[in-house]
Amino acid sequence: MESILLPLEELCGPAWPLVWAIIKIVLILIPLFLGVAYMTYAERKIIGAMQVRIGPNRVGPFGLLQPIADSLKLLFKEVILPTRANKVLYILGPVLALGPALIAWAVVPFADGWVYADINAGLLFLLAVTSLEVYGIIISGWASNSKYAMLGAMRAAAQMISYEVALSFALLAVLMISSSLNLNDIVASQARGVGHDMGLNFLSWNWLPLLPMFVVYMISGIAETNRSPFDTVEGESEIVAGHMIEYSGMAFALFFLGEYANMILVSSMTAVLFLGGWLSPVAFLPDSFFWFALKAAAMLWLFLWVRATFPRFRYDHTMRLGWKVFIPVTLVWLFVLAVWMMTPLSLWK
Amino acid sequence: MEFKTLVFYFFSIILVLAALGVILARNPVYAVLSLVVAFIGASGVWMLLEAEFLAIALVLVYVGAVMVLFLFVVMMLDIDPARLREGFWRYLPLALLVGALLLGEMTLVLNGDWFQALQAPAAASAEYSNTQALGRVLYTVYAYPFELASLVLLIAMIAAVSLTHRKREGVKRVDPAQQVKVKRNERLRVVSMPVEKEEEAAPDAPAGES
Repeated sequence: MESILLPLEELCGPAWPLVWAIIKIVLILIPLFLGVAYMTYAERKIIGAMQVRIGPNRVGPFGLLQPIADSLKLLFKEVILPTRANKVLYILGPVLALGPALIAWAVVPFADGWVYADINAGLLFLLAVTSLEVYGIIISGWASNSKYAMLGAMRAAAQMISYEVALSFALLAVLMISSSLNLNDIVASQARGVGHDMGLNFLSWNWLPLLPMFVVYMISGIAETNRSPFDTVEGESEIVAGHMIEYSGMAFALFFLGEYANMILVSSMTAVLFLGGWLSPVAFLPDSFFWFALKAAAMLWLFLWVRATFPRFRYDHTMRLGWKVFIPVTLVWLFVLAVWMMTPLSLWK
Repeated sequence: MEFKTLVFYFFSIILVLAALGVILARNPVYAVLSLVVAFIGASGVWMLLEAEFLAIALVLVYVGAVMVLFLFVVMMLDIDPARLREGFWRYLPLALLVGALLLGEMTLVLNGDWFQALQAPAAASAEYSNTQALGRVLYTVYAYPFELASLVLLIAMIAAVSLTHRKREGVKRVDPAQQVKVKRNERLRVVSMPVEKEEEAAPDAPAGES
């Protein structure tokens, strides 16, 4: 590694920090895009298996080249601009849908010290950036000048704001017990406790003392990414495809990329905040990036499992679950947690 | 020129242009989106001042929640830009007066002794957490004013809900709890029927389905 980087550093001279930053961004984004591409393949294969079908198996061995073929097809398709659409915002919509999903990766720690920007307020940054995702949907819904798109945008705005509250409360609990907003520190704080002393590290991760928050975070994460069973935003049987209805070709692909990048992000965040990130589950195995990837993959698999299992929630039920169930549950648990931390039984001294 | 200055001007120019866009845009949706950009520009300037908590909270609260609802309302309304512009000349003198007053105040403050006496604080070390410092001050020194402010917000929230909430007659509602409790046997009956039809059965009779 050193032998490659040093000559490169001399070659670039004063521009090196910029070049190095770009190299790091590329190193994060290329695996991410590959992950997105193969997530679509995994989704079709896994749901196929759950429904006793084969799934894609024509392109390449086991259909492995299917995502490549799909993306090439989308790339060569025409992007249709509806005549009465607002041209500027119509194009801006998908870009804004994908942008925040990529920016958020700046603070995700993949392994000890493997993070693009190790900032103090990492968790806050993440919350702020993910709260911007809804703009892409609203703007594209409005700019399409179509009834279905507008309905989808309205649903998205209401749903994403509602679930953000529960999501933030869950993050607040993590923040309270790890007393840091830095994601590296949050992972490091999970490496101590009774379970850790016994060699069973996975018992001292945040998921156990924060079990209600963990569940709320997972479900809110599914709602926040507009995935089934909370995909009323798209709801093909009611509003065709919501905000995406007028889009074609690469513009549509951007929405798709954004959605899957968000899914991977939520899964990775669950891994980092509740499942100990790169920490190994047992003491005799070393901590490494492998564990982070495994946990994130398990969470992604949960997304698909849920999708194949549950029918779509009715819209009012979705809102009710967010406001009347999750927010009270998280509020009560925050209070319990605060009291717990003040008692001698506290695990986080 | 220092790099920091460059960044400052970058964000400031965005902020000023976006703020101009808010008042000059003909389309109200563009005006709201300009306001969003202005918030992000302001957040960038605050970040330069090492106030990362405020900067991120600005994006989180205003851009992420308040402006989304704002945009939502503006998109739903059918606003006629021509009607918004009528009476422009009538209100212009008053607006100019208010503008001049604001400008005068700002000049006084910015040129005052108090403002000149302020020194730029020394750059904080990498260990320093603005969020932690802010939290410590808010919950110790300013605990009572802080709680009072949250109480005011709570009252405003309850007031907003009670003002807009109205009981309507003839609304049909279902209780989701009751729906969840429904058992399979209450809705569905599985009957066993012979798979093959009898010879005598009419050929166009609908097949029995369970």
